[in-house]
Formats: sequence, structure tokens, C-alpha cells
Amino acid sequence: MLEQKKLIVSHAPFWHSGSRVTERSYHTMLAALPAVIAGIVYYGVPVIGVISLSVASAMLWELAINKVMKKAPTIGDGSAALTGLLLAMLLPATMPWWAVVTGTFVAVVVGKQIFGGIGSNAFNPVALAVAIMMISWKDLFDFNGMLLNYDFNFTAVYPLTAVKNFGTSAIESFSVGDLMMGRQMGAIGSTFGLGLIIGGIYLMIRGFIRWEISLTFIAGVYLTALLFNIVDPVRFAGPGFHIFTGYTLVGAFFLATDDSSSPVWFVPMLVYGAAGGIMTVLIRNIGAYVDGVILAILVINLIHPLLDKIRPKALGKVV
Amino acid sequence: MLKKSFVGLFIPQFEYQLLPTRLPEPEKVTASKTVTLYHPKKSDQKAPSSLRVGNTVKTGQKISLYADDPAYVIASAGGTISAISPHTGDFGKTYSAVAIDIDKNKTLDDQFAAQCQSPTLANTLEYLAFTPGNPPLAMLAASENPVKTIVITGVDSDLLVGTRQYITKTRLADLKGGIKILKQISGVERVILVTARDALQGFGHIGADGKSIDTIYPAALPQMIMKNVLGEIVPAGKSCEDLGVCFMSVEAVVSIGSAYESGQIPVRKILTLITKQENQRIIETTIGTPIRDILSAYDVTINEADRIIFGGPMRGSAVYSLDQPVLPDTDAILVLDRAKAAYTSDYPCINCGNCVRACPAQIAVNMLVRLLEAGHYQEAADSYDLYSCIECGLCSYVCVSKIPIFQYIRLAKYELNRAKTAEATDA
Repeated sequence: MLEQKKLIVSHAPFWHSGSRVTERSYHTMLAALPAVIAGIVYYGVPVIGVISLSVASAMLWELAINKVMKKAPTIGDGSAALTGLLLAMLLPATMPWWAVVTGTFVAVVVGKQIFGGIGSNAFNPVALAVAIMMISWKDLFDFNGMLLNYDFNFTAVYPLTAVKNFGTSAIESFSVGDLMMGRQMGAIGSTFGLGLIIGGIYLMIRGFIRWEISLTFIAGVYLTALLFNIVDPVRFAGPGFHIFTGYTLVGAFFLATDDSSSPVWFVPMLVYGAAGGIMTVLIRNIGAYVDGVILAILVINLIHPLLDKIRPKALGKVV
Repeated sequence: MLKKSFVGLFIPQFEYQLLPTRLPEPEKVTASKTVTLYHPKKSDQKAPSSLRVGNTVKTGQKISLYADDPAYVIASAGGTISAISPHTGDFGKTYSAVAIDIDKNKTLDDQFAAQCQSPTLANTLEYLAFTPGNPPLAMLAASENPVKTIVITGVDSDLLVGTRQYITKTRLADLKGGIKILKQISGVERVILVTARDALQGFGHIGADGKSIDTIYPAALPQMIMKNVLGEIVPAGKSCEDLGVCFMSVEAVVSIGSAYESGQIPVRKILTLITKQENQRIIETTIGTPIRDILSAYDVTINEADRIIFGGPMRGSAVYSLDQPVLPDTDAILVLDRAKAAYTSDYPCINCGNCVRACPAQIAVNMLVRLLEAGHYQEAADSYDLYSCIECGLCSYVCVSKIPIFQYIRLAKYELNRAKTAEATDA
């Protein structure tokens, strides 16, 4: 009986912890859901259209590029779907369909697949796509204009534009609690701060994102905003405002933590996150753009390989 | 098997298992028909001349296939030689497999007893290099790199294995004798016995300096023992021998002790059988016994595509046939159901950093694996600490993409070594 059985020869180790790429993608999407659902509640049915189109087109672009490059389909790993979902979270609810499809094209094809697919992208694909769209179609990211036809039961103004143009007097009607609960204008999945924080904590505890990056990003935003606020409280908003408006939280938990474009060593992660937070507030307060998160993330993506050179000496390393 | 916990913030830690204080006798398993011995052979050596199929050997007889080569094996059972065939092991190591049909009318070889009244380095080298535990006697005899410290490892380097712990606890008399002989023949004064943390009791009179180590994997690997017990860090690319430290399994010392005590070369090996349910059994069997005999003695059913591994789950090596014999250094046989075995993938590294946090040698594994995948072995060694790796396998264990990182590292070291040897031969 024993004779005919064929054994498999493989190499050590023969155990595996059981973690998978697919698991990471889907759990990240799960963590994003509270914020997405809040977006649907605040902005209604059009949001479902934008999200569905974004996720679907991102996956189709991935499949198409797989076919063109004659590679095995990789849409099963959930990475393209996650890219689509994150991109949709950064768009206004009334985004036209062609812009969504173009955005996912830039994210999946230009941002990720051209570099070699998952794990090889130098920049966060979503941040890259949003940056290119923001520069190409400025009006589509003017939230005041895009959400004009909505009737909100809170101050219908994009808080970051207001504070940039009119100083802190224009945002007195926003309390931090309101901002946290999503009672502000903004992108689909970036206004409900509490949901994003819950999702972020989930991801950090499960080990799907690296807590060092997220926490130092937020700390960077907080401290820099605090300093600006102390120097000139009339022009510059306080730290709470900066954390709960714009893309700060979605950036801290979902964009800056993208695996392949962020460092892995402890000190580099701290520097990376803090640099992102500081850059965000610098761009918002003294730069030309209303929200600095996207550009700050692209800048820290750029410096991440250099940062990762700061590492402890390996065991027995001579020199 | 340990799986990732729900809280993934921390990298999982493996604990070495400690054996209970009261230990049963090892269960004895006998070879049914044949034993097979792997005689080391250089790839260019021709068929052996000094021994033919049909010759008879006695139990404990020294079998040397080549007159000009000091390599030999010890016949673990008396009988008739039924086959001599070439065998290739891991990483291209070549052997002559000598199969002996067991003759039940055992006669014992008395050459060792006659020639070795008193222990010397020369006669241990001559007769005891193939005993259970594979004592690295050639290392003690090497003149260009004198051994200053002998470290006896009473802890098993891999998980689930209990062999060395068991021997440390049960064979104290032979261990003591072996240490005395070792000191005498090698002239090395500093002998250290490494045991698990809670097991360090009753070793005061043994003649060696008792030290205990942490029970978290991979604390029992030589490089970690060097770092934590001896306070010396092995420089990358150097081995423990280069620093004058000789690592020896506790079983090897016990073999030396009992050989001189009894006048017989020991041929029976203690090993841990780990079944599919991860039950451990301590077994005593003859060196050269085919795995088939051991598994059928315990009614272990083997299904298609299961794995049988010599060694533990983290560092062992899988075998392809049930005819593979127990070797002098086989401390464990692990039977793994195919549903439980890890599969690798060719997915790219996603740079999640789990390997970096798991690595006990602080290697930038995420960068290293990129170079290794592309075959840039020399650059990996120069810039990304390939030679700092202590081969614990934790990087592969935690890898999200299931990249066989550990195998890439071993392959790279092997290939670099091959290139170096080829260059040296050419010059």
C-alpha cells in the first residue's frame, strides 16, 4: 500500500503563517466601508454609481493590461478593486463617468502595471491618479462647484477652500465633532472621520498597515498645524480642523501606507509618516493648492527608497 | 502549526517545546530487511573497488569504499551487501548508497575494541565519525584552524524536535564520559553545554560549563548561541569554526562516551517521529533503517502528495522516497499531510515588511529577495547582507506573497560557493 504513493519534495519551511495578498486587499476594503457607507448616506445614489464604476473599471483595466502584456490575470488578488474603491473615495459624488474611467486607467495602468504590477509601483497609484486628474481638470475637484445642487443641513462649503480664502473666521460654523461625523462637504469617502479612524485602527491591529506610518502622519499634521495656528490664529486653522478635513485621514490610513511605496524599517517609517504630515500642512497653509495630502504623499513616496537606507546593521556585518 | 493570530500587530513567536520531566524509554524500531548507508563520494570518483556486492560485513564494521579517501561508514547491521548505487542528496552532494541485507545471526566486529584501548584523536577520527550525531571530529583534528571552544548543543535547533533534549536528560553518564574523552583527545579546555532555560539542573558535575538559552525560536541556532551565550558575533561570511568554536550535538558526545565505555561503536540513533497530528514520539532505531519500516511500525498512513521531512518544520529537508534511510544526523522525521503543508507562489514581493520584522539577523529581506529573484547573487552578498542570514526560515514563514525566500537564500549561497570553488580550481 505504501509503495505507490508519491511524495512531494519541497523546501523548508514547511509551515506558513497563512497570510495572503488577497486577504490584505479585501480587509483593507472592509476597513474602508464605514466611510464609504457614510458617503452614500450623505450624498445619495450617485455615490453608488461612482464607486461601482470605479471598482469595475479598475478591475477591467487590470484585466486588459494583463491580456496585453500576456500575463496571468491578477485581478483575483483584490489589489485593482482596492485601487478602484480608494480612488472613488477621493472623488466628489457627481464625478462624470469619463473622468472616473480615466482616473482608474491612470491609477491601474500608469500608476501600477507599467512599473511591473503589484509591489513594483514607485508611487501610490491612487495618489498619482488623483494628482494627475486634479491638475488636468481643476473644476472636477472644486467641491463647492461639484456639489452645488445638493441641499445640506450643514454649512455647504468645502472647509479647506473656505479657510484658504477667508481665514479661520469662515470656518467658525464647523465644530470638530461635526467634522468628525462627516457633516462637511468633501469627497465621497473622506469626510466621515470617525469611520476612517475605526477602519484605520482595525487595519493597524490586524497588521495590514504599519501603524508607525499612520500615527506619525497624523502627528505630523497635528504638530505643524498647531505651530501655524499659534503663530497666526486668524489665517491658519487649528490642528483638529486639519486632521478632520480634506484627505488627511484617508491619506494617513489608506494612501501613505501603500505597501510598495512606503518604507519597512522602524525609523524610516517614522520619518516617512512625519514628513508626509508636515508637507500636507505646508502645502495647505502656504502652498498654492487647497489640499496638500495627495502631493505630500507623492513626495514621501519619492523619498522612500532613500529613507529605507537608514537601517540597523545586519548580524555580523563587518565595515 | 501556528497560524497568524487575529492581532497581526506583532510577528508570531515560536517557542521550542520542553520535554516533560519524567521521560519514557525510547520506543525501539528495528529495520525489517535492509539498512542503507550513505557513503560520501566525490562526484568524479568511479565505482568502488574495495567492496563488492555479495561481501559480508559484521555489525560495527568500518566500510571504506575508496583506498585513497578517508571517508567511511560504519555497518549498522551485519549481513550481506546487496547493492552499491550512486545517490545524490540536497544541493548536489553525492554519495554511494551501500545497502546491506540484514543477517539475523549477528556477529559483532571487534576491530574497534582491539585497536582503541585508550581514546586518542586519531582513533576517534578513524572509527567514530559515522556514529549517531555525526561528531565533527575532522574539525577538531584540523591544524590550520585550532578549536578553542567546544559547544555541546543539548537543545534542538528546530521546532517540535525533542531528540537532543531527550538525550541530554537521559544519558548523563555517557555524556559525562564523552566530555571527559573530548577534553582529553582534543586538549580543548573550554567545553560548554547548552540546554533549554528550565532544564538547567543537575549538570554541575558533568565537566562542562552549563549555559541555558531562551526558548524562543531561533535561539538554538549556532549563530544565535554564539551571540547570546558566548557573546561573540560571527562576522558575515565566516563560520563558527573560523572563530575556533566547534558545535557538536549532544548525541555525538554521548556516542563517543558510550563507544569507549562499551568497546562497541554505537549504531542506534535516537530520533523524534512527528506524526500528522503533531504527536511526538522518541524512537530508537538503527542507522540506515528505511523510513518505510518506521512508519509501518506506527501505522502512519501516507497519502499521495504528502510530505516526509528529515528535520523539523522550519529547516528540515523533504525526502522523495520511503526507502530513504535514517542518517547519523537525522534528529527528526516529520510527516506532514498535504493539506497542512505550505505551498509557495511566484507572486512578486509586495513590500509589506513582515520578513524584515521577523528576521533575527536584521537583514533587509525585502531588498535581498528582489536581487535573489533576479539572480544577482554577488550583489546580494555585497550590499544586502546575504551572508548574515542564519537560515531560520522565518522570512518564508511570514511572507504574504509566499515567496520561497529561505530557499532563494540557500540557493544563492550554494551558487556563490560553487562559483568560488570553480574559480579556485581554474586558477
